[in-house]
Amino acid sequence: MIGQDLLGIENLEREQIELILETAERMQEIGAREVKKVPTLRGHTLVNLFFEPSTRTQTSFEIAGKRLSADVVNFSASSSSLTKAESLLDTGKTIDAMDPDAVIVRHKVAGVPQRLADVLEAPVINAGDGAHEHPSQALLDMLTVSQEKGRIEGLTVAIIGDIAHSRVARSNIYGFTKLGAEVRVAGPPTMLPARVEALGVKAYTSLREALDGADVVMALRIQNERIAGACFPSVREYSATFGLDRVKLRYARPDAIVMHPGPVNRGVELSHDLADQRPSVVLDQVRNGVALRMALLYLIAGRRSAVERG
Amino acid sequence: MANDAPPSSASADTPETIGERIVLDDLGIRRCLMRIAHEIVESNADLSELYVVAVPNGGVPLARMLVDNLAQVSECEVPLGILDTTLYRDDLVTRGMRPRLRRTEMPSSVDARVVVLVEDVVSTGRTIRAAMDALMDFGRPSGVKVVALVDRGHRELPIKIDHVGKNIPTQPGEAVVLRGSEVDFEGDLEVVVQARRVRDSRVEHRAGQMERGA
Repeated sequence: MIGQDLLGIENLEREQIELILETAERMQEIGAREVKKVPTLRGHTLVNLFFEPSTRTQTSFEIAGKRLSADVVNFSASSSSLTKAESLLDTGKTIDAMDPDAVIVRHKVAGVPQRLADVLEAPVINAGDGAHEHPSQALLDMLTVSQEKGRIEGLTVAIIGDIAHSRVARSNIYGFTKLGAEVRVAGPPTMLPARVEALGVKAYTSLREALDGADVVMALRIQNERIAGACFPSVREYSATFGLDRVKLRYARPDAIVMHPGPVNRGVELSHDLADQRPSVVLDQVRNGVALRMALLYLIAGRRSAVERG
Repeated sequence: MANDAPPSSASADTPETIGERIVLDDLGIRRCLMRIAHEIVESNADLSELYVVAVPNGGVPLARMLVDNLAQVSECEVPLGILDTTLYRDDLVTRGMRPRLRRTEMPSSVDARVVVLVEDVVSTGRTIRAAMDALMDFGRPSGVKVVALVDRGHRELPIKIDHVGKNIPTQPGEAVVLRGSEVDFEGDLEVVVQARRVRDSRVEHRAGQMERGA
């Protein structure tokens, strides 16, 4: 996989997903050591190219890179020449001319990582583009579920919330269905995309029906600022209907786990205690994110021309 | 990685095996490891300092046997660790490859312990070099010894083997492998020398240079 882009889960084969998850499980052991660093990517440079603010994903990639001994450079939009009106592709080519071994891209417009991948020599890792995909999040979610449940095949995963605008939902739908889970999506009708069943999922507007027999309940973040008023009458009403608490969770299997990609709006998508206490695995997701991203960097980082010289 | 074919289970650079002979059978391997257990007991005054660390995959079943033998010979419970050296290899950058990782399980720190590294086949010494680097990330051992079931020669680094099961000189193009009668080194073990059709790209490159008189 060295030198290959990771733009989304849609284009990954099941075997590739399984290799990434297996590699991430091995990387977890490094996080448990006293010395949390291995020399694997010495002399490699990674660039975090974030056009949209993200402390969690950016920090996770940065720690992952540093644990593999790579040099990690953060290039954020506010401090960049983008404020001087340099075009996206020029920015990408400028960074590429400094010979990084991977460029990790986050942008609010879907398709930007693909556009950069077309012109960059370095492999591009999509760290979230618009409402398109967020592959590293979905992979860390799959890692978390497979370790909690011991498998993914045959599980029922219910994704609750703003499905239409969620790149996390899309990537997880692709990933979990490829690994043989049954995926359900639920939310207000305004938040369910038309023809979502074409992705191989079942759509529900009733939380109770969506949760019935679910092994995994994944709540999505409500973009308060953007969505309230447009898709549902009020945050309070959303919370009353689709917000998860221990009472509504009784509809799911007794051993169901609760997930959230973060940051959690406490009291909106999840009740206060479900934000960080069992059966919530939100903090495990964050911890697994570092190991998962180490696996991605291990498998991918390296310039394409270096691979051909091999 | 988009649009690319999935990785096939058999790697493209696995060379074709064109013949093989068994050089150590299960009984032979067991005898080697019993002798080595005696040697270790003989050469270490304080057996409570010992810590056996296996280099996967082949080192794992051998290290288990060695720990059992040590218990039998000296009634000493020696801790057993597993240490994958892949992330410490020296060819990850130059050869442009990222091998599948194997499990690492180190039950405790190696501080002030005499570590006995166990590998199935030692040749260039590069894996032992990587294992020593990896070991130092788990503490400061008071000493490191190396056990190899087979030493096949062709050393490229100044690495000494302390306890050898059997020396097996080999030709270029020959490989020495430990394998079990069942998967994952279960069942009876044996060591075989395999003659392989060399398809190493570096060798072909060198051959090409020689043909052109370079």
